[in-house]
Amino acid sequence: MKKNHSYGDGGIRPTNGEMVFYRINYLVMTILMIITLYPMLYVVFCSFSDPNEFAITKGLLLRPAGFSTLGYETVLSMKMIWLGYRNTLVYVFVGSSISMVLTIMAAFVLSRREFLVKKVVMWLVVFTMYFGGGMIPTYLVVSQMGLTKTVWGVMLPGCVSVYNTIVLRTSFNAVPATLEESARIDGAGDLRILINVVLPLSGAAIATISLFYIVGTWGAWYNALVYLQDKRELYPLQMFLREMLIEDKTTDVYLTAQGGKASNQHLIKEIVKYCIIIVSTLPILVVYPFIQKYFVKGVMVGALKE
Amino acid sequence: MTGTTNPAKGKRPSFFRRLKTDITRHKAVYVMLLIIMTYFILFCYWPMYGNIIAFQKYKPIKGILGSKFVGLENFRKFFSGYYCARLIRNTALISLYSLVFGFPIPIIFAILLNEVHNIRYKKLIQTITYLPHFISTMVICAIIIQFTNSYGFITAAVNALSGHSGALISDPACFRSIYVISGIWSSFGWNSILYIAAMSGINPDQYEAAIIDGANKFEQVLHVTLPGIRETIVIMLIMACGRIMSVGWEKAFLLQNELTYETSDIISTYVYRKGFIDSDYSFSSAVNMFNSLINLALLTIANTISRKVSESSLW
Repeated sequence: MKKNHSYGDGGIRPTNGEMVFYRINYLVMTILMIITLYPMLYVVFCSFSDPNEFAITKGLLLRPAGFSTLGYETVLSMKMIWLGYRNTLVYVFVGSSISMVLTIMAAFVLSRREFLVKKVVMWLVVFTMYFGGGMIPTYLVVSQMGLTKTVWGVMLPGCVSVYNTIVLRTSFNAVPATLEESARIDGAGDLRILINVVLPLSGAAIATISLFYIVGTWGAWYNALVYLQDKRELYPLQMFLREMLIEDKTTDVYLTAQGGKASNQHLIKEIVKYCIIIVSTLPILVVYPFIQKYFVKGVMVGALKE
Repeated sequence: MTGTTNPAKGKRPSFFRRLKTDITRHKAVYVMLLIIMTYFILFCYWPMYGNIIAFQKYKPIKGILGSKFVGLENFRKFFSGYYCARLIRNTALISLYSLVFGFPIPIIFAILLNEVHNIRYKKLIQTITYLPHFISTMVICAIIIQFTNSYGFITAAVNALSGHSGALISDPACFRSIYVISGIWSSFGWNSILYIAAMSGINPDQYEAAIIDGANKFEQVLHVTLPGIRETIVIMLIMACGRIMSVGWEKAFLLQNELTYETSDIISTYVYRKGFIDSDYSFSSAVNMFNSLINLALLTIANTISRKVSESSLW
């Protein structure tokens, strides 16, 4: 450790006791990082492993057991992975856009300064956060509307997050009233004020909330499970993951159809599962470092009370 | 409506008159309001009305208006049934363990992280420990299952060390541990954000004053850091208590299997099974309604306490 390691702003040399503390603390932090990362690294190692060697390897892996891209070749040739990806991308783009439009409208309406029915509307919106219709009544309503087995059943129920609405409203409220008034004097209506004044000044909040919705839609599967039922061609990626990884169903069928050797089928299957995990998580891992800070901001804004 | 009893009678026009003027002046706002309210009525309030089937013997062909009312029969059936106690116990224990073991860890982590003064290293630690929060529940559960099934390395390690045999994920005795430990693993970093934010609001002068008074690291944490984040801790704790009967549905649903229902079946997964697998709509709705009411009551109590203790609350 460097000699001039300063403490805080004071620049006071740390005592011996403090040096010990700092060293232990760095060690603890490093261990925590390893604990967080290792399971994911392990998945990466497994995904590149050779099925036969992986089967006889016991304990922790520090690198792939043998090397093989057989798993990835199998995964990339699976139709349902591509289908799932395509559907998920549609749900992410269209679904998040719907969510954003509705959330912006709700936040704008609720951020109006003099709004006669504000209290009632606010109460009606917030109440849904704490009490809901429940699985079955919601299902019955959605099926009465004829949304089952359609993409709308996946995208519409639950597409407005009350939490996000309140976060965005907080940001809209921060737009100075004077700007709005001068725009009004210039003859701007409410819609123009929203588009030309409020939205441009809330860029950070809009970005944060879009990302909340995008990551949320990416990982969502409840609506698909309940409303799509057996309509497999509309399944998002997560539903196929459930079949292959959680229920452990389709990989068997698929691998047999591939005509692989029956003897090491279950070995290949394990490797394939690890590859599926990586292939389905890669997009998030790639963008994660860039979007992380927006999320942190979003959490903090949401925690602020009026 | 707020304005129907207008105190300034005579001076201001009536509520409805003012509303009418407002609507004509701000059509766009009211169109947006209409769209938003349509959404909330269709997807939130209509299902809420649909909760009536909990008091009925609901038949889809007859609809809500045509089905027979049975009063509290469905609730009685649930409370006297074999699964009631087990479901409440499982739900409560999972959150209780998550709370007892999972609550302090983000706080301790935040305190230790606050003592890392190398900014780049601190950022690295945060980036890595927040990461699991961004991975979908499905993938997290898939990883957990892969590690704890009969081929899994955690199963192998635990069995070698403890003499346990068989896959951990199919053992009812292990379910809660798997659920709670994996929950801590995937969320301790993310849950520390609010504490870290609260700490950054502490005035550095306070630390300096403490150092001049001869306080060592431990005493600084005890007398400066902890009081600085006390309010955040109290609110988070009270709110966590308010959510004790509302365990997240997805993770339990994905991790459980028939072998582990004894410990893994919670109210929400039971509601799903009764409703969608057994098609017992009324009974399922009754169980769900019981759970929702308990959650609402607990959260209201928690909120009231929070407002008394710390002057901050959800509503």
